Amino acid sequence: MSQHPLLQVKNLHASIEGREILTGVDLTVNTGEVHAIMGPNGSGKSTLAQVLAGHPAYAVTAGQVLYEGNDLLAMAPEVRAREGVFLAFQYPVAIRGITNAYFLRSAVNAIRKHRGAEELGPVEFMDALEEKLKVIGWDSSYLTRPVNEGFSGGEKKRNEILQLAVLDPKLAILDETDSGLDIDALKTVAKTVDKLRRPDNATVLVTHYYRILTHIEPDVVHVLAGGKIVKSGGKELALELEEKGYDWLREEAVVT
Amino acid sequence: MTEVADRTARYVAAFEAFARNGASGAPEWLRELRRGAIARFAELGFPTTKQEEWRFTSVAPIAEAEFTLAHAPRSQLPAPSDIERLCVGAGPRVVFVDGRHAPSLSTPADLAAGVRAGSLASALRTDAGSGLARAHLARHARWRDSAFAALNTAFLADGAFVHVPANTTLASPLEVVFLSTGRAGSDGPIVSHPRSLIVVERGARAAVVETYAALSDGVYWSNAVTEVVVGEGASAELYRVQQEGPDSFQVGTTHSRQERDSYLALHVLTLGAALARHDINAVLDGPGAELILNGLYLLGGAQHADHHTVIDHAQPHCASHEFFNGVLAERAHGVFNGRIIVRPGAQRTDSKQTNNNLLLSTEARADSQPQLEIYADDVKCTHGSTVGPIDQTQLYYLRSRGLSPEAARSILTYGFGAEILDRMRHPGVRDRLDRLVRARLGGA
Repeated sequence: MSQHPLLQVKNLHASIEGREILTGVDLTVNTGEVHAIMGPNGSGKSTLAQVLAGHPAYAVTAGQVLYEGNDLLAMAPEVRAREGVFLAFQYPVAIRGITNAYFLRSAVNAIRKHRGAEELGPVEFMDALEEKLKVIGWDSSYLTRPVNEGFSGGEKKRNEILQLAVLDPKLAILDETDSGLDIDALKTVAKTVDKLRRPDNATVLVTHYYRILTHIEPDVVHVLAGGKIVKSGGKELALELEEKGYDWLREEAVVT
Repeated sequence: MTEVADRTARYVAAFEAFARNGASGAPEWLRELRRGAIARFAELGFPTTKQEEWRFTSVAPIAEAEFTLAHAPRSQLPAPSDIERLCVGAGPRVVFVDGRHAPSLSTPADLAAGVRAGSLASALRTDAGSGLARAHLARHARWRDSAFAALNTAFLADGAFVHVPANTTLASPLEVVFLSTGRAGSDGPIVSHPRSLIVVERGARAAVVETYAALSDGVYWSNAVTEVVVGEGASAELYRVQQEGPDSFQVGTTHSRQERDSYLALHVLTLGAALARHDINAVLDGPGAELILNGLYLLGGAQHADHHTVIDHAQPHCASHEFFNGVLAERAHGVFNGRIIVRPGAQRTDSKQTNNNLLLSTEARADSQPQLEIYADDVKCTHGSTVGPIDQTQLYYLRSRGLSPEAARSILTYGFGAEILDRMRHPGVRDRLDRLVRARLGGA
């Protein structure tokens, strides 16, 4: 399969409560690629991730986003998910009373239904799930617990990765999934993401740290600062950022 | 003033007739108890919203209506198949119609291992039953403080009598079903006063499901009192399912007393009645006792339900965990008042209380009031309550996983109920109540 653009972000501006956060983002992600988006705190990394997933609190004020050539911004959040967009939340949400298994099955079936596939019953679903659980190193006790309720920070992140593995999206956006993880959890997350790499899908890793990129090798590294991408390069850019920090980029941006 | 006095006078007059006719065969101690109770009711009168405990709940519709005492229905008893839907399984059951025992719908009172589950009226006719009843009846219910409990005690005649002797286990849950025909008598709508006594002795284990339901949509009033005694080291679960008719009134009081190292779970599911008030008075009266109060109210239309709970930590080293959730749709009004008393000397008390209310419409309303009264210094007490609509962050999270807004709302609403259902230990009972909750919430 030849590479083609999966996601095309063009001059994207977005604001929340009247405050502009994204000031013109341009980004193209092709199938088969892993992109890393790095940048200092407050640069708009999470906003970009949330706007792509359809968070209702953000208003897109200018620009365009094409997903498989279609207008992503015109789709409701659930339609984006059904079409294969997945956001691993930086702060996963707890839901009382609803078990992880029920939640996951509801999500899988909503997506299957959209694609014209038959919905899975509880038993079939559990069978399909067993393998995915193994990958992230969990036993089935996590399935009978309410969604993220009482989970530690690391458990919540693993749960996002479990959802990623189960929902098998075309475009996975991981919003600081590596933050707050110990080294073992980080390796598990990286291994899972790496396993899901295929020529027909793509991953966008939003991260503050170089660390995860030693486990998942990115094809392209972008630096987001002041709400736009100020520099892009190969994986060596990430190492440069690790050594020099972000300040030199701001200076460079001012100079040019 | 005259009018208010008239409202109680009607019941005092009814009591005179009741004392002459229906209740004359009762033992002297019971007749004395009833006389004291009707006098107390006349003194107290129906509560008004000027009283702190009744601030949010007006019982004027009950006080102003003219209810007459239900008589034992002579005909038109429901068929056994009519009550199947109200029961969990084929286990023992005791059924009452308009407050009177219906033997044709009930299983025999004597169960294995000396367990007795039958009618209080017939237990009072035997020496052993009367002795046991006398030891407990009206000792736990604070009828002197409550006009409704006093009125129930004045007309105390029948209800469930459950006796689980020491160190025995009731194999399957016992079902106690209070049915109201909803048929008005010749003098207007009827009131029944079911009175139950559940004694789980030292080291025994039992689960009881108490269901209140209607056979028609008529206007009636059900004024119930249940006393539960849990002996040393015993373990009991009481499920109270209120599915009264849409135009009915329900006032109920559950009183429990726990001895040393006992466990009691009181599960409450409130679905029915136009106006409902449920008081729970739970006394932890022995060190090491543990209490779970776990309730859910799902209301719609113009329903009003008020849950008032008092947990009395009278002894040290006891734990109480209370969880009440409410889901309020349309113009419904839910009231929760949770009072926790930690008596002097009740050290190492561990008490937790939460009340969460979900408002599904802008006209729905919830009032939540925690009240802590702590007279000991080495205790752990926490409480929290919430009132609000569906959480937008949760809604977005579910939508970002492919669920439609309708499906997401339905799941989040069901979650409020499921959280309570998950604490129910008996799978058969939990499944039945889960079906009731799903049916009420509509396809969740």
